[in-house]
Amino acid sequence: MNRNNLSDDSTYAISTENLSFFYGANKVLFDNNLNIHRGKVTSIIGPSGCGKSTHLRIYNRIFELYPNQRAEGKVVLDGINILENQIDTLELRKKVGMIFQKPTPFPMSIFDNVAYGIRLHYKIKRKELSLRVEKALKQAALWDEVKDITSKSALALSGGQQQRLCIARAIAVEPEILLMDEPTSAIDPVATSAIEELVDSLRGKYTIVIVTHNMQQAARISDYTAFFYKGYIVEFNNTRTLFTNPIEKKTEEYITGSFS
Amino acid sequence: MSIRELPAKSLFRRKAGEKLLKIISILMAFLGLFILFIIIKDVFIKGIDAINIDFFTENMRPAGIKGGGVKNAIYGTLMITLISSIIGIPVGVSAGVYLSEWGRDTILGKVIRFGVNILMGVPSIIIGIFIYALIITRIKHGSGIAGALALSIIMVPVISRTTEDMLRMVPDTLRESALALGTPRWKITVSILFRAAKSGMITGVLLSIARVSGETAPLIFTARFSQFWPENLNSDTANLTMTIYNYAPQPYNDLVQIAWGASLLIMGGVLIITIGTRMLFSDRLNKYK
Repeated sequence: MNRNNLSDDSTYAISTENLSFFYGANKVLFDNNLNIHRGKVTSIIGPSGCGKSTHLRIYNRIFELYPNQRAEGKVVLDGINILENQIDTLELRKKVGMIFQKPTPFPMSIFDNVAYGIRLHYKIKRKELSLRVEKALKQAALWDEVKDITSKSALALSGGQQQRLCIARAIAVEPEILLMDEPTSAIDPVATSAIEELVDSLRGKYTIVIVTHNMQQAARISDYTAFFYKGYIVEFNNTRTLFTNPIEKKTEEYITGSFS
Repeated sequence: MSIRELPAKSLFRRKAGEKLLKIISILMAFLGLFILFIIIKDVFIKGIDAINIDFFTENMRPAGIKGGGVKNAIYGTLMITLISSIIGIPVGVSAGVYLSEWGRDTILGKVIRFGVNILMGVPSIIIGIFIYALIITRIKHGSGIAGALALSIIMVPVISRTTEDMLRMVPDTLRESALALGTPRWKITVSILFRAAKSGMITGVLLSIARVSGETAPLIFTARFSQFWPENLNSDTANLTMTIYNYAPQPYNDLVQIAWGASLLIMGGVLIITIGTRMLFSDRLNKYK
């Protein structure tokens, strides 16, 4: 291994090599090569059906819930190809957290929601657990709103609060990487800006990959942006360059709104 | 030629057709309700005379001796239902979990689902004769436990089906987010899906209990009937439905009266379970929609 590769390992949290994806016999991702910078926010943009969510869902192998879905190629995380069979997916998902489009609070109390992942992976005393739950809720900017009602059902919270709860639940186990699959598309504008601020505050602590439909959002919050089209990565660059001076014609057409 | 120049069909006839179908379907719905009402009314009026303290606190008496109650049959029915639930609920719930969580699109899952649907349509007397051939012909005496076994076979497909349906109503996004935290599938099922589908699953279980507690055919050759207190459940066991079956056609008015009382008791019990579960759990299933 040469020196260049070694430095790559520390700069990039995730590197994909010739990554392809299939729904049954239908190929939907084609030779995706992408380097996700460690500690940065990377957004994935592109029109509906371009494969951006599909690409994201490979990073924690969540697609394996559905038997007819299959990935080919390499996804290298901490020097290991996580698509190898012997990888323990439970351990992988401890390192790679995920936030979904729709808030998905578990049918239990606010406290138990945030404590869920911690209890799952660690033996922990009640007092220490409470501290960690509080810390996660504070990081997710939800603590002030829920500190008196943590024993109430999480289903009673508003959509925006539920989404921040899901973020608290994901960061409570201190993952290295946080995947966000259109995290603001199902919530109102006020809650959206709360989540964007939250993402900004998590910058540096976590590597964040965020799939978004909203180009302004990508421009506001991300350091790097990848533009996907029909399963191909058309362009990847730092966000400012990609939005102000795109190299590819297709990228320019998309960000100027010629198609969507 | 514009399409508007074609001869128009009668608007009146189309509207009349809709009205007619609506009226017929409303009438038929009322007919069904009306029959249900008559049954409830009849059983209530004829059965209420049999209901008194003795009815609940006395065992049956030999033919010809006045008085007595059905305490032994109430106890027998409760025990048979309890045992069948203890067997049927775990098997039915587990099968439903398999079908929803692991066997959704697998060949084994499809085969089991097909089998469950067939089993649901098997007449209950066939299940009774199956247990008779399997157990009663060997032990050569009636058995309440064998009766409970027959009832549990009737419960399993009902519970399995409702469990599967209710778990499937829980959106996959909930499974995904639990999976994304590193939760194993079994733990997702027990700690999250069961909670999310709780009311629907409990409703299914209670309705299946209501259903089997009124079954007679599977008990004819198995639990059979007895006038005595069931000291041993592995023997002929008194129960309410077989009491109706045996006493209703008798020429003695007091026995017929007891049969009506037993009918009222079963009908009341089933109505209470059915209406109670509907009131407690209806509309709580839509939380995740």
